[in-house]
Amino acid sequence: MTEKYNMPDERGHFGPYGGIFVAETLIPPVQELNAAYQRYMNDPEFIAEMDADLQHYVGRPSPLYHAERWSNELGGAQIYLKREDLNHTGSHKINNTVGQALLAKRMGKTRIIAETGAGQHGVATATVAARLGLECVVYMGSVDVARQSLNVYRMKLLGATVIAVESGSKTLKDALNEALRDWVTNVDNTFYIIGTVAGPHPYPAMVRDFQAIIGREARQQCLEQTGRLPDALVACVGGGSNAIGLFHPFIDDASVKMYGVEAAGDGIETGRHSAPLSAGRPGVLHGNRTYLMSDDDGEIIETHSISAGLDYPGVGPEHSWLKDTGRAQYPNITDNEALEGFHALTLMEGIIPALESSHAMAYAMKLAPTMRKDQIIIINLSGRGDKDMQTMAKREGIEL
Amino acid sequence: MSRLAATFEALAKTGRKALIPFITAGDPHPNFTVAMMHAMVEAGVDVIELGVPFSDPVADGPVIQRASERALAHKMSLRRTLDIAGEFRKTNQQTPVVLMGYLNPIEAMSYEGFANAAQRADIDGVLTVDLPPEEAKECSDLLKERGIDPIFLLAPNSSDERIKKMDEVGSGYLYYVSLKGVTGAGHLNIADVENKLQQIKQNTRLPVAIGFGVKDAETAKNVGNIGDGVVVGSALISKIEAHLDEPELAKNEIVMLLTAMRLALDNQSAS
Repeated sequence: MTEKYNMPDERGHFGPYGGIFVAETLIPPVQELNAAYQRYMNDPEFIAEMDADLQHYVGRPSPLYHAERWSNELGGAQIYLKREDLNHTGSHKINNTVGQALLAKRMGKTRIIAETGAGQHGVATATVAARLGLECVVYMGSVDVARQSLNVYRMKLLGATVIAVESGSKTLKDALNEALRDWVTNVDNTFYIIGTVAGPHPYPAMVRDFQAIIGREARQQCLEQTGRLPDALVACVGGGSNAIGLFHPFIDDASVKMYGVEAAGDGIETGRHSAPLSAGRPGVLHGNRTYLMSDDDGEIIETHSISAGLDYPGVGPEHSWLKDTGRAQYPNITDNEALEGFHALTLMEGIIPALESSHAMAYAMKLAPTMRKDQIIIINLSGRGDKDMQTMAKREGIEL
Repeated sequence: MSRLAATFEALAKTGRKALIPFITAGDPHPNFTVAMMHAMVEAGVDVIELGVPFSDPVADGPVIQRASERALAHKMSLRRTLDIAGEFRKTNQQTPVVLMGYLNPIEAMSYEGFANAAQRADIDGVLTVDLPPEEAKECSDLLKERGIDPIFLLAPNSSDERIKKMDEVGSGYLYYVSLKGVTGAGHLNIADVENKLQQIKQNTRLPVAIGFGVKDAETAKNVGNIGDGVVVGSALISKIEAHLDEPELAKNEIVMLLTAMRLALDNQSAS
């Protein structure tokens, strides 16, 4: 093995990507956050409290499940599902919100804000805020409020204020813009829990570290169950937190291939997609340099995906780096293909995946048959599909 | 000496304060902007900040967000903003023009491509909201080599160390963001601004312009009393927004507001 992977550098750079690109008012809070993160990630008491919460509140470790029937049906590699859908609140998002909320509490912040796309991160944030008795405001694009109304209701039940964002494309990127505007206005008492591995340093590294428990568990479980490492990892990529969480503990294992699946929407060739790594260019948005969907003038292009959680024009800077270095591959899956993945897993294994995770399922359906039966794929089943019932029913012309 | 440095030096000699309007290029229409710039000069402004429209203006409040959206609807861009500035410069060689915007349009042009184009348009300063000094060196150096001042922001929570850093890397002037928030937000607190300016002045010799929250002649006067210049943006753009179908009327109202601010600032200096 060559030198151990050790990104980012101390200023948050993954090669040319990452960094801190924010207005001056946000520099002090970002520095304060970085200092707290560096301190508490090495504080045994903090780690013990977080681990206890992950075990007893979130329900970790999540199972690694051998989808034997589906694997046989596909006729290739053995598929194992990392069951993040079984976490409290139904997705991997809570791994990160538990960590950041404990950090907020240590830092004496009394107010939590968050952005959300599909609502999974908003729900996971509202949940931990309720538990710790912190005020919680969640920003959500009005388009997403409409298509994820169940999650909006969940957040409200949890005591959060949900603010529908009407600017721009009215989706996740605009929710992030508005959350940043809130943060700059209320920096003194407010902690911004970013839900993905984007934003200014230390967010991409910090969120990754909170999510890396997915990969650490999966690695150990795979060794225990099969006696060997997997051959491939598959996860969907919007901002990329569930993917980096699975990938990161395997980066130094050169034999393990990594596939981050982007949302191709109506198809890359139509321009109506959310796949910056497949069809974007490097630029700066939301505090970091990364691949973006932007036009020749540097204006951000509107994105499209059936899945609200993947409907974002950027991607975490570490994924940009892993793409450029070739350590990970970033294929894409259309809306229609994702729906096939959704139905396949539901019918073959009795597990209803989130539309985001369905992109990973759909790619695994292509990948598995090209591999031998003694090979292993781990797919991150990052969330459950309950929240998508309305979207699915509408798509299939069914009135609920 | 740069046009900005000369402007602030001349003002300081006569004890006057810089009046700095901000408008978004291409709002409400690209044809409107050059005439508006000339009209503002006649109203007595000293420096013009020309906003570059961007799809995701995270530091801006709703008024300037909508200005960006209106301009983008007419396909405005960084390139076309440079065209507008170049057009203005053909008939005005005195008034410094500062571009204010976000980094991604500059990244899309490449730093060198942008620096060359800015030089051709005879731009005097560039303020990039989301480009703090730690990440700015490459771009700032290219600008400085071409005689263009990189302008940096200071905030209410900026430390001594931070102010000193801006003094090192910035030139032309420093822009003090008078409140924690986005452009056009709430009321600025004069006592707070005054205290902060004392701290800033101890750590820099650059002129300090104060912006965010300057709404009328009276705030302009109070702020002018404290700093070296006053930036007014959202209050002007609100006039454009109030008369979208009658840009001439908007122009007249903007000129009236700026004239009142000029008078208030000069009376201040004279008294």
